[in-house]
Amino acid sequence: MLATKAVMEQGIHVEGINFFTGFCVEGHTHAIRKRDSDKPKRNNSLWVAEQLGIKLHIIDIIEEYKQVLLNPKHGYGANMNPCLDCKIFMVNKAKQWMLENGFDFIITGEVIGQRPMSQRKQTMPIVAAESGADDLLVRPLCAKNLPATLPEREGWIDRNQLFDITGRSRKPQFALAKQFGFTDFAQPAGGCCFLTDESYSLKLVDLWKARGKRDYELDDVMLLKVGRHIRPKPHFKMIIAREDGESQFMSGYKKEYISMNCHSHRGPLVLIDGTADDDDLHLAAQILARYGQGREAEQVEVTLRDQQGNERNIVVKPLLENEIPKEWFV
Amino acid sequence: MSQETLNVRRMLCPLPVIRTQDKVKTLQSGDILTVECTDPGVMQDIPAWCRINGHTVLETRAENSEYVIVLQVV
Ligand code: SF4
Repeated sequence: MLATKAVMEQGIHVEGINFFTGFCVEGHTHAIRKRDSDKPKRNNSLWVAEQLGIKLHIIDIIEEYKQVLLNPKHGYGANMNPCLDCKIFMVNKAKQWMLENGFDFIITGEVIGQRPMSQRKQTMPIVAAESGADDLLVRPLCAKNLPATLPEREGWIDRNQLFDITGRSRKPQFALAKQFGFTDFAQPAGGCCFLTDESYSLKLVDLWKARGKRDYELDDVMLLKVGRHIRPKPHFKMIIAREDGESQFMSGYKKEYISMNCHSHRGPLVLIDGTADDDDLHLAAQILARYGQGREAEQVEVTLRDQQGNERNIVVKPLLENEIPKEWFV
Repeated sequence: MSQETLNVRRMLCPLPVIRTQDKVKTLQSGDILTVECTDPGVMQDIPAWCRINGHTVLETRAENSEYVIVLQVV
């Protein structure tokens, strides 16, 4: 937002590009969980574009991004976040878009030293070089601490009006936001990507381990964002809705997964991922019963539903809390 | 002037916006597009996308956990 504004102040026409990897936090989660429904439902990128008065192009890179996440040349950050490869990939895509749409250079809001992996002084040239953007990549917020790029050398953009922000402190950005007259200032603080989230990353690794291959579909990505995940056996996992919003969202997957819910008492919807036989389903029903209002009952009746919608009911005894080992929780 | 319908049920934002954006690229000025969604987030996001790009939102309505947005391409 600030980098764009700084460049627009110089009379340069800017359009925004937002890449959607599937792992982006905003959008999905707030729409699913009622608990989060009091949070603003706006899409930050659209909101920023509107504040700035620029066009925004949202580009779906879900499929292509798989190669970045599955085989990152530069490895992962603290969790399953391949930030450096991700930046290289996105800047490369931005360059392609720039060429196809008649633009002259690329700007990003990066600041040296702001992020541990991808925004260090040593890694900034790697992003420029490996993305192929080279010196067409301008970082207006820290440009004065980096060698002059082609747009600066050619005078397309005035380097003197760019900035020299460094480090993790966001104070300089807040000061700049104030200077630009932004009262509500959206800047991601690392919380915009599920891959930086430890519990999400553990669920992703668990999924790969259980399936015996490192791969995923968009539905997997989505379902890792919702529910409580319990894996009682290596070959199947339960996804248990934590509230009505999640149950409603997960019911859209009933044609792809075996599903179950408590018939005799109120309780959550459960999806079964993997291959479960009758004994497994019986165990899953006992676990499910633990999460419904029948948890103290002697017996509860659970409805099992296959992907074709065929239903049958079974009667089970709910497991006690101490009968569900901690290791089962993914 | 054509009238088209886009089904983005079950998709969560920003996918409905992306699909709307890609569909609009194939339409002509004055065409009308009805987008059918299940993510309530679209009620904010698609109108915001329309404002940014100059398209007109003719109608938004919520009915039975579904959200419908009718827009006219600029
Ligand atoms: S946080 Fe996520 S989207 Fe951002 S650079 Fe890292 S992997 Fe990419």
